[in-house]
Amino acid sequence: MIRRLPNLRKKVIGLAVLTWASCLFSLSCVAADAGYPLDHIEPDIHDQASLQRGAKTYMNYCMGCHSLEYQRYKRTAEDLGIPENLMLKHLVFDPDTRIGDLMTNTMSAESSRNWFGASPPDLTLHSNLKGGPDWLYTYLRTFYRDDSRPFGMNNLVYENVGMPHVLLDLQGMQIKTCKQVPQVAPNGGDMRDPLTNEFIREEVCGEELVRRGYSPLEKVEGTGSLTTAEYDQVIYDLANFMFYIGEPARIDRTRIGWYVLLFLAFFYVFTWLLGREYHKEFHRES
Amino acid sequence: MATIEQQFKNVMQWVDDRLPVTETYEKHMSKYYAPKNFDFWYIFGVLAFVVLVNQLLTGIWLTMSYVPTGEEAFRSIEYIMRDVEYGWLLRYMHSTGASAFFVVVYLHMFRGLMYGSYQKPRELIWVFGMFIYLALMAEGFFGYLLPWGNMSYWGAQVIVSLAGAIPVYGEEIAVWVRGDFNMSGVTLNRFFALHVVAVPIVLLVLVVLHILALHEVGSNNPDGVDIKKNLDKDGKPVDGIPFHPYYTIGHDLPGIVLFLIVFCAVMFFYPDGGGYLIEHPNYTPADPLKTPELIAPVWYYTPFYSMLRAATFPLFGMTAKFWGLVVMAGAIAILFAVPWLDKSPVRSMRYKGIASKLALASFVISFFILGYLGTVHPTPVKTLLAQICTMIYFAYFLLMPWYTSVEKTKPVPDRVTMK
Repeated sequence: MIRRLPNLRKKVIGLAVLTWASCLFSLSCVAADAGYPLDHIEPDIHDQASLQRGAKTYMNYCMGCHSLEYQRYKRTAEDLGIPENLMLKHLVFDPDTRIGDLMTNTMSAESSRNWFGASPPDLTLHSNLKGGPDWLYTYLRTFYRDDSRPFGMNNLVYENVGMPHVLLDLQGMQIKTCKQVPQVAPNGGDMRDPLTNEFIREEVCGEELVRRGYSPLEKVEGTGSLTTAEYDQVIYDLANFMFYIGEPARIDRTRIGWYVLLFLAFFYVFTWLLGREYHKEFHRES
Repeated sequence: MATIEQQFKNVMQWVDDRLPVTETYEKHMSKYYAPKNFDFWYIFGVLAFVVLVNQLLTGIWLTMSYVPTGEEAFRSIEYIMRDVEYGWLLRYMHSTGASAFFVVVYLHMFRGLMYGSYQKPRELIWVFGMFIYLALMAEGFFGYLLPWGNMSYWGAQVIVSLAGAIPVYGEEIAVWVRGDFNMSGVTLNRFFALHVVAVPIVLLVLVVLHILALHEVGSNNPDGVDIKKNLDKDGKPVDGIPFHPYYTIGHDLPGIVLFLIVFCAVMFFYPDGGGYLIEHPNYTPADPLKTPELIAPVWYYTPFYSMLRAATFPLFGMTAKFWGLVVMAGAIAILFAVPWLDKSPVRSMRYKGIASKLALASFVISFFILGYLGTVHPTPVKTLLAQICTMIYFAYFLLMPWYTSVEKTKPVPDRVTMK
C-alpha cells in the first residue's frame, strides 16, 4: 500500500519519470521525412515592384497552361498597384477579357493531358498547398538535363515532372555533376590542412552532395540570357507573386490584425482595472 | 407623471406577471452564488460559450455565400476568401474558432478532472458535458468536409469507411451514411444539413441542460468544498458571491479579452496554424483519384486517431480495423463513466494523494503524445509508442477505482481557501 511505504512512493515517482523520459526520448529519435532540401526565402507582399515583376513573369511564361481561376484581374491590379488599363494592355492577352473576369486560360484539360501526361493544375492556391513560397522557389531553380525524359529535363524537387522547363531560355541549361568539396572533419566541420589552412577537398557526387548541403547541379557556361543571380531574382519575384495570390487578403489581414491587437491590449487594461474593483468584494468577510 | 424608473418597473412587472424574466435572471445571474475561490481554470466554460456564439454567428454569415454542392463548394470558399467583403475574416473566425473551441473544451474538461467537478452531486453536469463534447466532435467532423478540399474528402472517407469494420452490416451502414458508394456531392449535402441545422440544435439544447444542471447543484471549486454548508443569516453561502456582476465583470470580462488577444493573434497572423488548423492538402479540390500523402485528421481528433491506428492485430476472429474502432469508441465512452470510477473521499487534486496526481499527469502526457502521433506517418516505433500511450490512457480510467480508494488523502478544509 502506497501510504505505508514512503520508499515505495519515491520508487513509483522515479519509475513514472523514467518511463516518460524514455517515451519522450524515443519520440525525439523518430527521424523527419526526406526530400530535396528547400531553399528558404522571405516573401514580402508589401514589395509591389517585386509582385509586379512576378505577375509579369507569370502572365508571360505560366498563364498559358496554369490558370489562376479563383482570382480576378481587377483584384490583382488593385493589390499590385497596376492601373487597370495597363493591366489589360500588357498583362491580359485575350482581347475579350474584362477586368472583372477570373484569371482563366483557354487550355483544354483533354489536350493538355495528351501533351504532358497530366493536365497542368490551377495554381491560385499552389503556395498555400506547399506551405509557403520555398517549394516553388527551389523547384524552378532545380531543373536539369535528363535525356531519358520526354522533354529532356528533370527536376530535383519534383522528380520525373511532366512539365518542360519553360524558363530554360532565361536560366540556361543545368547538368548534374560531381563536385570537389571539403572533406568532413571528425568534429563535423570542413576539414582544413593544418599547415596551409586550405580546405582538403574530395570529389563527391549525387545524393551525398545534397546531404552535405551542396547543389548537385552546375550551369552550362554560355547558356541562358540571365546570370544566376538575375535568374534567382526573377524566381524570387515569381514565388513572391504566387505567395500573394494564394491569399490576397493577407495584406489586409495583417494590417487590420495589428489594430485589433492594439485595441484589445488597450481594452484589457480597462477591463483589468474594472475587474480589480469588483474583486475587492471577494476578500470582504461577510 | 411617473419617473422613467417607475415606468421601467411597471413594464417589468407586466412582463414578470406573464413570463418569469426577473426570476430567471436572478436565479442564474445576480443571485446565483458561485464560490469565491475560482482560479484561472474556471474561465474556460465562459470561453466555450463565447466561442460557441462566434461559431454560430460567423457560421450563419458563411452560409450566405457558401454553396454546398460537389461542383461549387471549393470554389465558393475561395469566393468567400477573395470576393466577399471581409469574407476572409468570417471564414478565419470560423476555422480558428473551431480549433479554439476544442482548446477551451479540453482545458475545461481537464479542470473537471483536476478538481473532481464530476463527483456527486454533479454527475449529470459531467454527462451533459460529455454529450456536448461528442456533439462537438460530430459538428467538427461534418464541418470539415464542407470546404471540399482533398483532405476534407479523404479524412471523411477514412472515418466513414470505419463503419465498414462493423461485422455483417458494416458496408451497408457506410453506404447509408455516405448516401453513395463513395464520398460524393450527396454526402456533402447531408453533412451540410447536419453541420448547420441538426447538430447545432442538439448542441444548444445540451448547453442549456449543462448550465441548468450546474445551477441546480451549484459550482464546484478548486478546494472541492461544498459552500452550501456554510450559510449566513440570510441563507446565502458565506464563501459564495453573486455570479453577476462579480464573476462576469470581475473575472470573466478580462479573461475573455485576454483570450481574444490570443485568438486574434492566431487568426490574423497564423490562420492556418502551420498546417495544423487548416491542413495544406486542403488547398486543392477534393479528388477521389488522388489520395494525399498522409491522411491526418485535424489536431483535435488526432489522439483518438492514434488509438484507432494503434490496434494492429486481429483478435477473436475480428479484424484489426474493428478493434481500432472499438478502442477509439471506448476511449470516448469511458469518459462518461468518470463520476462513477472516482472513489476518492475528496474532490480536488489539492487533497488527493500522489497516485491520483501521477495518474492524471500520465494521462495528460499520453494524450499529448497520442495527439502528436496522430499527425505523422506510423512507423513500428511510433505504433509501439501509441500502443503504450493507449494503455496509459485506459489505465487512468480503469485503475481509477483502485488508486483513488487506496491512496492517502489530505484533510479538506471547512471553508474555501483564498489566495
